[in-house]
Amino acid sequence: MPYLFATDEQRRQMLDVIGVSSLEELLAQVPQELQLERPLDLPPAMAEFELEHELQAIAKQNKSRTCFMGGGAYDHFIPAVVDEIAGRGEFYTAYTPYQPEASQGSLQAFFEYQTLICQLTGMDVSNASLYEGGTAVSEAVFMAMRVNGREKKVVLSAGVNPEYRQTVETYLCELGCQVVTAPVANGTTDLGQLEAAIDDQTACVVVQSPNFFGCIEDVSAVSGMAKAAGALSVMSFDPISLGVLKRPGDHGVDIAVAEGQGLGTPLQYGGPYLGILACRQQYVRKMPGRLIAQTKDRDGKTCYVLGLQTREQHIRRDKATSNICTNQGLLALRATIYLSVLGPAGLKEVATHCCQRAHDLAAKLCQIPGVSLMYSAPFFKEFVLKVDNVNAFVAKAHAAGFDVGPDLHADSGILVAVTEKRTQAEIDAFVAAVS
Amino acid sequence: MENTLSTRSLFEMSAPGRRGTQFPLPADGPALSDLLPAEVLAESAPGLPELTEPDVVRHFVNLSKRNMSVDSHFYPLGSCTMKYNPKRHERWAKFSGIGDLHPHIRPQDSQGMLRMLYESQKMLGEIAGLPAVSLQPAAGAQGEFTALLVAAAYFRDKGETRKKVVFPASAHGTNPASAALAGFECVQLDASQNGFVDVEQLAKHVDTDTAVFMITNPNTLGLFEKDIHRISQMLHDVGALVYIDGANMNAVLGITRPGDFGGDMMHYNVHKTFTGPHGAGGPGAGPIAVRDFLADYLPGPIVTKADGEDGNPVYDLATPSKSIGRVRSFFGNVGILLRGYFYLRTLGAHGLRRVSEDAILNANYLKERLRDVLPVPNGERCMHEFVASAKQLKDERGVTAMDIAKRLLDYGFHAPTVYFPLVVAEALMMEPTETESLETLDAFVEAIQAIAKEDPEFLKEAPHTTPVRRPDEVAAARKPVLCWDACLDG
Repeated sequence: MPYLFATDEQRRQMLDVIGVSSLEELLAQVPQELQLERPLDLPPAMAEFELEHELQAIAKQNKSRTCFMGGGAYDHFIPAVVDEIAGRGEFYTAYTPYQPEASQGSLQAFFEYQTLICQLTGMDVSNASLYEGGTAVSEAVFMAMRVNGREKKVVLSAGVNPEYRQTVETYLCELGCQVVTAPVANGTTDLGQLEAAIDDQTACVVVQSPNFFGCIEDVSAVSGMAKAAGALSVMSFDPISLGVLKRPGDHGVDIAVAEGQGLGTPLQYGGPYLGILACRQQYVRKMPGRLIAQTKDRDGKTCYVLGLQTREQHIRRDKATSNICTNQGLLALRATIYLSVLGPAGLKEVATHCCQRAHDLAAKLCQIPGVSLMYSAPFFKEFVLKVDNVNAFVAKAHAAGFDVGPDLHADSGILVAVTEKRTQAEIDAFVAAVS
Repeated sequence: MENTLSTRSLFEMSAPGRRGTQFPLPADGPALSDLLPAEVLAESAPGLPELTEPDVVRHFVNLSKRNMSVDSHFYPLGSCTMKYNPKRHERWAKFSGIGDLHPHIRPQDSQGMLRMLYESQKMLGEIAGLPAVSLQPAAGAQGEFTALLVAAAYFRDKGETRKKVVFPASAHGTNPASAALAGFECVQLDASQNGFVDVEQLAKHVDTDTAVFMITNPNTLGLFEKDIHRISQMLHDVGALVYIDGANMNAVLGITRPGDFGGDMMHYNVHKTFTGPHGAGGPGAGPIAVRDFLADYLPGPIVTKADGEDGNPVYDLATPSKSIGRVRSFFGNVGILLRGYFYLRTLGAHGLRRVSEDAILNANYLKERLRDVLPVPNGERCMHEFVASAKQLKDERGVTAMDIAKRLLDYGFHAPTVYFPLVVAEALMMEPTETESLETLDAFVEAIQAIAKEDPEFLKEAPHTTPVRRPDEVAAARKPVLCWDACLDG
């Protein structure tokens, strides 16, 4: 037993101290008729070296290729320093920092995370992270309802990642709240239809930019429309894009949310990822999730604690701002290290690479007969390609060792994403493969 | 040995022009203004700190030394199951083909991943005695919320309107918070005298308007609810469902199963029971297991298995027919779920039962040895944890649970959970877990015995040796500073 300590002799000794004659006597707390009388039906135990061998074989059954895939998760470069530091047991095996004296390392790192997210987004205040991008949108919607007391209607752009929209619909399904989806025209939200959907009962308007199709939205126009109707504006953004694109704060949005996976978190088949949520100062007491606050200790030293806990479930129970009682601490730490080591110049370079290479690839692909861009709107690192036969296109890419997609079943479109990791040689080989 | 120069804020350490990592751009690349309209471009790069890689490393390494962690300290934090996190899991989760797999990859290209997730569903279903499993919820709280939505969909499908979710006073705060989020009315039972659910009181609140009774078993006092079968029967008699909060599953692995003692739905905390590291507050994973008649309502996707033409199994993704929909993007917190999978494959059935047996043994040993100093008001025996009370010490010497907790840090032990559950005065909730030695438990007992004899005034000043001491949380709540102030001014 690799992780157990007690020897038979010690077990005996401990039972004596407890004052029972056998382990069964202790287990008798569970009524006999409820005890399982057979061993669990589980695979046999395996030693480390045996299981490692099997897992290597299992891993080989997954065919991961050079990645041009997008749709909400991206193959960005992760500097070694992120893995090295986040791999320190002092960080990843620590618990929620309820005892501040024993947790100043994590608390300060999360406070720095909050500050970095504020700097990145141009918003006033960030929480210490949520589960991932889809629940971050849902929590922002709930937060907007708490701020303006409008609980019957929210408006989402069809450009918001469909999995995020499905998550919002699930979250709201028992609350009698109408979810109105405003359509997309030529890749971006149809602003006329969006404006028509917003009324004085609308809690918030959610837009994503760059949106699910990779296109950059006129977020300032959306936040203006929301404001005019007394609704809050929520923007879902791509943190990497903020190396070059205008920030949520520049657009005047009320709540900014994101999937933060691109900031140093590996793809790992969809999670754990990082939910980012930042907002204006005036809404801070309506925020969901954990917040770290700076304060002084009894010797006057600057230090950090969990802040505004009276919003949270362990105090407020059914009146809490959210049922969340974890943050994504380890992923927030990874984002903190990532942004620290990239700095403003590094993030700008990464974003510029993505944008340049995506445009280079798009231009080259569009020279192939039967291949064109689905939309003409400006895009950042991802675009929808219109092809005659999606399956044939994907098959050619796979055969040459490239992953692409996801495909959009509706109209022979397929998403293509390009990160700074894709070399010129890979881009050219991909074009050649699908020609 | 403290290096306070390196633990200054990242923003204080910043110096203009310093670089940590570079991504040189091609000299002949197009200007961004040729690719994108001027109105979408930022006027300047975001105001991040400018640091070298050694700056960053030294900063975070020194910060890490200001943490307690399972790797470095005993962490008897009740209800949190702070057990050892095996190092092999960290390596395997990063394997090429596992850690780098894109979530949109097609099922035919991810058969190995789907196999592990399918087997996880099966194993978690078997351990629960509840066969239908969704791995999607990101944490225990989301598992509760998801299961309550499943319950709501089930009752709607049956044409029933049930509005009440009932839970004991000792329930985790997430129970009522999740119930409210799922649109239910919360009914909390009064605290009982003996630490168990008061069956007579419960009976008064259970009727055909009751949707779900939520119960943690073993409960938050570390006691196995001896009447659980009767309780479940009472709920089932009126057509209601029983939800088992699986936070305390470390006590019952292979000994008894929620499905066998009357539960209809439950969540696991993979980061507690199955060793996903806590990561200073997350990520977790909160898969749920339910009875067959609730399977159609689970969120999708779920992994399915069929026989292929060559006789080998073929795994695929499917969404149940009456699914409530997804509760997050992508499949789930796969990185954490896999650590649980690795753990179960390492231990097997015998090893898993041994985990719970040793967890119970350690808890009862600790409870017995602390009896004179910190008595436990409820229960002669306990399961994997117990709630001791410092009331006697407070009455006699003015020493509170918080004083003991803070002073323990000086002795090199993480504090127990304090002041929860609320039903015990001056509560100290302790869960040693199975991955601690007798030697460690004895040293912890000696520390508590020593603390109990120390000068109360000295204890009020504790901790004495930590990097900071008793932060002013009141000031932090009154005027919260949530962002480095120099950045606010900028």
